[in-house]
Amino acid sequence: MSRGPLIIAGVEFSSRLFVGTGKFSSGEVMRRSLEASGTQLVTVALGRVRTGGEPDDILGHLDTERYRLLPNTSGTRTAREAVLAAELAREALETNWLKLEIHPDPKYLMPDPIETLEATELLVKRGFIVLPYVHADPVLCRRLEEAGAAAVMPLGAPIGSNLGLESRAFLEIIIAQSRVPVVVDAGLGAPSHAAAALEMGADAVLVNTAIAAAGDPVAMAVAFRLGVEAGRGAREAGLAGPDGAGEPVHASATSPLTSFLGEAAP
Amino acid sequence: MNFLDVWRGHDFGAVARRIASKTPADVRRALGRPRGGVDLEDFAALLSPAASPHLEDMAQAAHRRTVERFGRTMRLFAPLYLSNACANVCTYCGFSAHNRIRRKVLSDAEILAEARVLRSHGFDSVLLVTGETGRVGREYLSNALRLLRPHFSGLWIEVQPLPEEDYAALASDGLSAVLVYQETYDQAAYARHHLSGPKADMAWRLGTPDRLGRAGIKKIGLGALFGLSDWRADAWFTGLHLRHVETVHWRTKTAVSFPRLRPHEGGDIPVTPFGERELVQAACAFRLLSPEAELSLSTREGEAFRNRAFQLGFTSMSAGSRTNPGGYASAPESLEQFEVDDARSPGEVAAFLRSQGYEAVWKDWDSTYDGFAGRHAGAPAPEALAS
Repeated sequence: MSRGPLIIAGVEFSSRLFVGTGKFSSGEVMRRSLEASGTQLVTVALGRVRTGGEPDDILGHLDTERYRLLPNTSGTRTAREAVLAAELAREALETNWLKLEIHPDPKYLMPDPIETLEATELLVKRGFIVLPYVHADPVLCRRLEEAGAAAVMPLGAPIGSNLGLESRAFLEIIIAQSRVPVVVDAGLGAPSHAAAALEMGADAVLVNTAIAAAGDPVAMAVAFRLGVEAGRGAREAGLAGPDGAGEPVHASATSPLTSFLGEAAP
Repeated sequence: MNFLDVWRGHDFGAVARRIASKTPADVRRALGRPRGGVDLEDFAALLSPAASPHLEDMAQAAHRRTVERFGRTMRLFAPLYLSNACANVCTYCGFSAHNRIRRKVLSDAEILAEARVLRSHGFDSVLLVTGETGRVGREYLSNALRLLRPHFSGLWIEVQPLPEEDYAALASDGLSAVLVYQETYDQAAYARHHLSGPKADMAWRLGTPDRLGRAGIKKIGLGALFGLSDWRADAWFTGLHLRHVETVHWRTKTAVSFPRLRPHEGGDIPVTPFGERELVQAACAFRLLSPEAELSLSTREGEAFRNRAFQLGFTSMSAGSRTNPGGYASAPESLEQFEVDDARSPGEVAAFLRSQGYEAVWKDWDSTYDGFAGRHAGAPAPEALAS
């Protein structure tokens, strides 16, 4: 595990909490929540913001000196649409960073793995820093890494569900084998979920609904900041594990397997 | 990322000292990791002297992990020595160029005669072995693979390191796995034991698994020749190499072998002690590091040891091996590369495994998947191969 700050595509982040900008009751609440979260990377739905220069309640409240913008392609259904959205985002928001999300299914907003892989290949060739949002699919994550993705963003649970790390067993595999940062995205409903993701070894988490739809979004943003810091701190400190020894090693020992060997040489 | 750079980032002596400094608490922590959770620091602890009192715990855990992944099965294969001609001078090998032995390169008819005997023993996977010389390069191997392809589903090679394009070409001739042992990861010891010939180029050898991975070879076998240098550090570097292959060439299966120095013609060299107890410790440590790697138990080991050790993490065994070219079909006239210590026939080994509740597996690939006609589709039966 690498210590120190998170680095994605050469850019350092001291905060491992990424925050989405949708669903806040007002631009002002969003601004205060982002500030309280300590985040340095915020996502903006390109299909949601007005990019023509008119006043916009999201962009108007974002201090772009303070936050790096990560436009997302939410709403696109195919690789072709996502590439068009990405080009628009690059021009309008003056960044080549992109959260690639393609969900043809408007009910559950499940990411389409085939279109996502194809779009990643196309966008990397066009010079984008691509962070694809995907199912917690270990093979897909490896394919995306090979296609040049700067990070992968597997989901913890269905987007907006607040269920937490339902995909834990698959996230563990992705974290174990990934050579690019792993950002757990979608489904995290509580600071404890975020802490658990970081404890597992995720490099960062992206949270939106759980903060924006909380009773007090600003206080919840603080709670998520602390949860992420606790999880990362525990990961770096090295968890002791239950009783220092996981499963009891003699649990199934019936007869000794090594009695035929001599004692160790002195 | 290639392994040569990874290797350069670790000093052999420093690794040996780090392993020596591991404590019983480090070993217990490593033993408590969940499946797949053992990292290279844990691996160092499992290889350390501090782990020796925990050998029974390691054996139980390694056995359990192996049964979880592979069931109670053992793959059986045989080496088929095609040639003992070699341009290298290596201190530990019976084929070393300075040894005055009769050199032999099998002809087509001789290769098929060997194949006939191995088929009649039930083998479906063979490991083709040669020394390192231009006489047994890509052309020769390509011909041997095409001759043998109709008769075996698994064709593996243990030969001189080749360029990536040669591996890709051999894969299209039916090659399914390549074993390339580094012998030692200790630069000084490597230079001491590989005196001349192409094998003296350590970097070329270190880069071979990366070339295999890029060429799309389905299985890559690694190993160190234990006894050439500090075995714990050599085992750790082999683990580092294994992790590298598993990470970078993730479509490729992996295998690890545990050869140790045996008596042979022409050499009497100082050997770093590596006994049966150490071999078991190394094998169990590898199983805990990698639940999925194939671990191979050599016929260099004696029958009594193999009969007990086979359930300690191993998943494949050679059996009835002859380590000289022509050794199966003709009288063993040319010299063996090393002495074999388990003289049982493959049938006897399989019967022993059955008596222990294990199934002997002879086949683990089908050449139909490679686009070749299956062995039973038009290939002559082994009995018809008589020349």
